[in-house]
Amino acid sequence: MKISFHINNQPQTITIEDQNTPLLWVVRDLLDLKGTKFGCGKAACGACTLHVEGQAVRSCSFPVHLVEGKKVTTIEGLGTPEDPHPVQQAWIEEIVPQCGYCQPGFMMATAALLEEIPNPTDDDIDNNIINVCRCATYYRMRKAIHRAASIKNDSTTNSVNS
Amino acid sequence: MKRKDLPLLILIFLVIGFVFSTSYSKSIDSSYSLVEINKNVISNKENFTKIMSVLTHERCLNCHPNDNIPKQGDDGHPHYFGMMRGKDDHGFEATKCSTCHQAENNKYSGVPGAPHWGLAPASMGWQGLTHKEIARSLIDKSKNGNRSHEDLVRHLTEDKLVLWAWEPGVDAEGNTRKVPPVSKEEFGTAVKQWFEDGAIIPEE
Ligand code: FES
Ligand code: FES
Repeated sequence: MKISFHINNQPQTITIEDQNTPLLWVVRDLLDLKGTKFGCGKAACGACTLHVEGQAVRSCSFPVHLVEGKKVTTIEGLGTPEDPHPVQQAWIEEIVPQCGYCQPGFMMATAALLEEIPNPTDDDIDNNIINVCRCATYYRMRKAIHRAASIKNDSTTNSVNS
Repeated sequence: MKRKDLPLLILIFLVIGFVFSTSYSKSIDSSYSLVEINKNVISNKENFTKIMSVLTHERCLNCHPNDNIPKQGDDGHPHYFGMMRGKDDHGFEATKCSTCHQAENNKYSGVPGAPHWGLAPASMGWQGLTHKEIARSLIDKSKNGNRSHEDLVRHLTEDKLVLWAWEPGVDAEGNTRKVPPVSKEEFGTAVKQWFEDGAIIPEE
């Protein structure tokens, strides 16, 4: 069957036999976007987190047919090296990654969180950022999430003032 | 006997006959209605028991917690990852039920799903309640989302999330999840009958 959607602002149509194929497999193996990672395959670790219509979802547990007509964003589409997303900027500034494997999932989850809660408290972070990092970079991540919030809020204030 | 006494005798016999016939038919009537009442009591109890065997099954109860923590599995353990009810019964602000649970079961990840996957309202927390307490809460409009009996019948027999209990899919190991002890059809019939009979909560 054919499934059409937008990914990172580009229209995309794929042909796939099994409409229940996980979106993660389509993104990585068909569209060759390797930023989104496979960790557990059972919606437990968050390495595969991306956005569908701005909402964080675990793409290993998301059948591809559900993206028909929708907007998908992966870590590759969150920002660019020239114009990083506040979360990516904060991650660089706080030098968060260790091995890096889990990080795209954390960044996508954080980007979704900041859309809902612009100034998350530590409790908000504990509740909403429940991905798993084997390297235990949680401490740096928490700092980066707070920093990302302030970068994002500053840029919003600046763009409102200018 | 004198001939002139005959009409009087006939009258006496008629009166006696009438009295006997009415008292006899009365006794038939009352024994008939007793049987009926007994039958109704038994079928009401049976329907109630069937309904409760479903409502207290893990497939249902796991999402009717009394501590705002969703439960999982046949042992009803607390949902992993610290998931909780959240403000709208659908998890936290950015990490919601729908972050992992979609409108259908996922056979690849083993994550269950159905439309509007989420917790029942806190007022419908049934874990740890007796059957009677659950029934009272079920039919109490102040707790059940202002649902009438008709609304409840529809909810219990047509809502896709409720009916998911009979099509719960496979878990992460590929094992089929257990379903409630009575079939969907039997449950539907019991629900309709129980409400039709006035939703009477039987004495133990
Ligand atoms: S790979 Fe999807 S949550 Fe772990
Ligand atoms: S940085 Fe290595 S798993 Fe998170």
